[in-house]
Amino acid sequence: MQRHGRMTRRSGIMQGMAQYLRENWVFYLFILPAVLDVLIFRYFPIYGVQIAFRNYKVRQGIWGSDWVGIKYFLQFMHSPNFFQIMRNTLLLSFYNLLFGFPIPILLAFMINEIRNVRLKKFTQMITYMPHFISMVAIVGLINLLLDRESGIVNQLIVALGGKSINFMGMSSAYRTIYVASEVWQHAGWGTIIYLSALSAVDVESLEAAKIDGASRLQKIIYIDFPTILPTIVILLILRAGSVLNIGFEKVYLLQNDLNRDVSEVISTYTYRLGILNGQFSYTTAIGLFNNIINAVILVAVNQLSRSLGDTSLW
Amino acid sequence: MQQMKYRHKEARMRSDVIFDAVNIVLVCIVVLVCAYPIYYTIVASFSDPNAVITGKVFFWPVGVTLDSYRSVMRYSSVWTGYRNTLFYTVFGTIYNLFLLLPASYGLSRRSLKGRGFLMGFFVFTMYFSGGTVPYYLLIKNMGLIDSPLVMILPGAFSVYNMIITRTYFSGFPEALREAAKIDGAGEARVFAQIVLPLSGAIVSVMALYHAVGHWNSYFNALLFLNSSEKYPLQLVMRQVLLINQQVKADTTGMDTEELLDMLRRNRLAETMKYSLIIIANLPILAAYPFVQKYFVKGVMIGSLKG
Repeated sequence: MQRHGRMTRRSGIMQGMAQYLRENWVFYLFILPAVLDVLIFRYFPIYGVQIAFRNYKVRQGIWGSDWVGIKYFLQFMHSPNFFQIMRNTLLLSFYNLLFGFPIPILLAFMINEIRNVRLKKFTQMITYMPHFISMVAIVGLINLLLDRESGIVNQLIVALGGKSINFMGMSSAYRTIYVASEVWQHAGWGTIIYLSALSAVDVESLEAAKIDGASRLQKIIYIDFPTILPTIVILLILRAGSVLNIGFEKVYLLQNDLNRDVSEVISTYTYRLGILNGQFSYTTAIGLFNNIINAVILVAVNQLSRSLGDTSLW
Repeated sequence: MQQMKYRHKEARMRSDVIFDAVNIVLVCIVVLVCAYPIYYTIVASFSDPNAVITGKVFFWPVGVTLDSYRSVMRYSSVWTGYRNTLFYTVFGTIYNLFLLLPASYGLSRRSLKGRGFLMGFFVFTMYFSGGTVPYYLLIKNMGLIDSPLVMILPGAFSVYNMIITRTYFSGFPEALREAAKIDGAGEARVFAQIVLPLSGAIVSVMALYHAVGHWNSYFNALLFLNSSEKYPLQLVMRQVLLINQQVKADTTGMDTEELLDMLRRNRLAETMKYSLIIIANLPILAAYPFVQKYFVKGVMIGSLKG
C-alpha cells in the first residue's frame, strides 16, 4: 500500500516533469548553443588549467603528462623576473584605477550640470567617440603624435624652445602614456552609467535644497553624490577584482624593447613565454596564480564593502 | 527681512552663474582634448607630407592632397584586410546574435526550471577563466589555427551581453505572448514572430556592440592566424603602424646613407599612417553620429541590473 503510494507519487513527479518539458523544451533548445559554446571555449580551458601542475608535452596530452605539483608556481616565484613583473602589473593597474576611476565620475557631474540641452548632447557625443576607435589605431596614433621628429607634440616642444623627447623610447613615460590614453579613450563613455544613475535623483530633495538656498556645488555634494554612491561602489568592486587583469592588448601594442623594463606585465610575459616560446605549463601556472589573486581581491573588497555599508555584489 | 532674503537669493544666483561659467569652460576643454587628436588625424591625412613633418599643420590642412590616400589604396594588403574584416564582422555578428538572442530569451523566463543553475554556469566564466595558454592549446587541438573560422566561432557567446539582453526581454509584456499562444503559436513562433520584431532596440544594440567588437579586434588574429592573406584590417594596420615604428626606434648600426634614404621614404609613410587610421575607422566614425543613441541605450539597460 505504502509502496504503491510512493510509486504513484514518483510517477506523478515524472509525469509532471514530462509535461513541463513538453511545454518548455523549446527554451532549453534556445539555450543549448550558448551552453555548448561556453562549455567548449570557456570551461574546457578551465579544465586544461591542470597543465599548470603537469609537465605538459604536446605528444602526451593533458592526461599523459607527468604530474609535477606546484613546481611551476615555485619556479615563477623564484624567477628573477617575478618581482619586476608583479610590480609592473600592479603599478600599471593601480595608476589606471587611480585616474581612470574617478575621472568619469567628475565628468558625469560636469555633464549633468550643463543646462543647455544642445551643448550637453554635443559634449556627450564628442566625449563618447574615442571609445569606438580601435586599439591598434589609438596606439598607432600615439606613436605618430609622440614621434621624436615628426610628432606634433615634439614639434610644439621644439617650437617653444625645448628639446625633442623620445617619449616612446622612455621607460619613465610608459605608464603615463598608457594611463592618459586610457582615460582619454574611455572617460567619456564611462560617464553614461553615472549619468543614468544621476537621472534618478530625488526631485523632492532637490526642491527642498533649493528652498534652503543650497548652492550648485552643495547640491552635487549632498544630493547627487549620495544618489550615485551605490553605483560607484559596485563598479569599484568590479574594477578591484580585475586589478591584475590589466588588458594584454594595449600593453602589448605599446611595448617595445626600450620600455620593456616597465611594460612587461603578467599577460605579456605569458604570451611571450607561452605562445611564442612554447613553455605551456609554466605560463599556465602564472595565469592561474594571477586568477587566484584576482578572485581573492574580489572577495576581500566585496566583504569590506559589505561590512562598511550595505552595497555588495553578493 | 524681506531685503535679506532678496540679497541671499541674489548671492545664490551669482554663485550659480560663476559655477555655470566655470563648468562650461571646463567642459569645452574636455571636448577639445577629446576631439583634437581625431581632428588632427583627419587634417594631417589630407595634408602635404612635408608640411606635416615640419610641423606646419595644426588646425587647417596645408597643401591639400590625396597622395597619402592614394598610396594606402595601392597596398593590396589593406584591401585584403578590409575584405577579411568585413567577412569576419558580418558572419561573426550573425553568429553572435544566433547564440545570444534565443539564449537570453530562454533565460529571461522566470518560471524556467534550472534557470539559477544555468545562470551560475554562465556567470562563473565572467570571473574565472583558464587563461590564454590553455585556450590557445584548445584552439590548436581543434585544428582551428590559421582557419578563418577562428575569427568567428570561439567564445562567441558573451555572458555580459546576455545579462543585458535578458533584462530587456524580461520586461516584455506577458499579455502579448499569451495572446499569441491562444492563437495557437508555439513558443518558438512567439519568439521569432512576436518578441523579436518588437525588440528591435535590443537587437540593434547587440548587433552594433558585436559588430564594433569584431571590427576592432586583433587579439584572436594575432594569436591564431599565421598567413597574412587572412589577416583582418587591424592586424594589417598594426604591421604598417607599429612594426615599422619599432624598426625605426633602433637606428644604431645604420650608416648615414641608409638613414637619409629611410627618412625620405618615411615622409610619405608618415601621412600614409594617418590616412590608414582614418580609412580603417571610417565605417565606425561615419556611422557613429547616427547609432550613438543605441550604444548608450545598451549601457542604460545594463545598468538597471548592476
